[in-house]
Amino acid sequence: MSLTLFNVILAVVIAISFVGLNAAYLVWAERKGAGLFQRRPGPMENGLWGLLQPPIDGVKLMTKQLLIPGGVDKAVFITAPVLAMFPALVSFVTIPFSDNIIAHPIDVGVLLIFAFAALGSMSLLVAGWSSRNKYSMISSIRAVSQAVAYEIPLMITTITVVMISGSLNLTDIAARQLDGIWAWHIWPFQDDVGFNLLMPISFLVLFVCSVAETNRAPFDLGEAESELVAGFHTEYSSMGFGLFFMGEYANIVIGASLTTVLFLGGWSCPFGDLGFFPLTHNVGWFLLKIYLIIFVFIWIRWTFPRTTIYGLLNLSWKYLIPISLFNLLLTAALLKVF
Amino acid sequence: MSTEVILSGAIFIALALGIPMVMVLTVIFGPRSGGAAKNDPYESGIKHMVGMADQKFSVKFYLLAILFLIFDIEAVFMYPWAVSLRELGFLGFAEMTVFILLLLTGLIYILKKGVLNWR
Repeated sequence: MSLTLFNVILAVVIAISFVGLNAAYLVWAERKGAGLFQRRPGPMENGLWGLLQPPIDGVKLMTKQLLIPGGVDKAVFITAPVLAMFPALVSFVTIPFSDNIIAHPIDVGVLLIFAFAALGSMSLLVAGWSSRNKYSMISSIRAVSQAVAYEIPLMITTITVVMISGSLNLTDIAARQLDGIWAWHIWPFQDDVGFNLLMPISFLVLFVCSVAETNRAPFDLGEAESELVAGFHTEYSSMGFGLFFMGEYANIVIGASLTTVLFLGGWSCPFGDLGFFPLTHNVGWFLLKIYLIIFVFIWIRWTFPRTTIYGLLNLSWKYLIPISLFNLLLTAALLKVF
Repeated sequence: MSTEVILSGAIFIALALGIPMVMVLTVIFGPRSGGAAKNDPYESGIKHMVGMADQKFSVKFYLLAILFLIFDIEAVFMYPWAVSLRELGFLGFAEMTVFILLLLTGLIYILKKGVLNWR
């Protein structure tokens, strides 16, 4: 696909508006979900079911003072929230919502997303370090060691899928899974791989890693409220905090989209293409899948208590990395045998 | 080709410039007041700071960072291999198997050494 100036403007506008809208309304969904899981109504005051809460919160954050405490490293302090939001926004450019709804198809889409995810953990580091606050400092050490530990199984599990599809292009990976629900990569039987029992487990590994990479409960050691006040963004106020918050939700959407494209068939209809509207391969299925995954994210957050940092790091280094490496070897062997 | 590169660069630059605008808006609309208490690091309302930001922390975190570098580079090596595995033949598979098994041995050695045993 050739790229024109029109595409560029479209890509930027779509990325910013989709991410902004999602980030705002996922906060609402999170609060509403938390309320419902705890048998209380959640936000109700502004608008129907509190639906006007996100824009009001946004305006409130915008009109607060951007406090920069005395001891901080100013330039780095201001850069950190931008660094938190930017990778999530850029990753959206290469995510295929459907076979033709994609802002900028890139042949190394998977690599691009991981490269920018690494930049995201960098923002946690510089935010905590530049704040000159012991809570922020401890939090950034934890958050970075966690992000770093879970990046490895995440990447290795993705390699398994890349190997089966023989492409790093997210559109190609999703396009391999268009023959109904049984063609999705989550199932043990794939063409030319035979029967790989570890595929569902690898889906679980990817899911656990994306929960951990987005620093969400039960893996939110970085911002453990009861120990570290607010973690790496303790010193941030107004939109500095707002950007961290939006970045978190944008990252959740990226994680859900990546899981959907890699394992759940992207925009494919689970019943195969039946030829009439809701049952064709279209963007609706993609959105349905990512919001289902996001619902599970919220569900997990309000169901499980927080782990310890040791348990968290050990889970990755002692279990997830060996499992994902083993699955990689097995899939490669099966691919050669069949 | 070159216009395509420039235009894809333009997407990333536009996105990178769009986010700081939000911060600029905050500075424009937000109040600007100062004071000694406001400039202090946050400490749950306690007046004198308890503990400093530049305190020591466990050396294990450094070890984990170095381990990460090894495994991350391993993963990066595997991407081009994974894409072209079908064309590589049996030798390509065997060579990477040796590489992965070596790294797995390394991981087992690390675990046996007790790098990941926290007190």
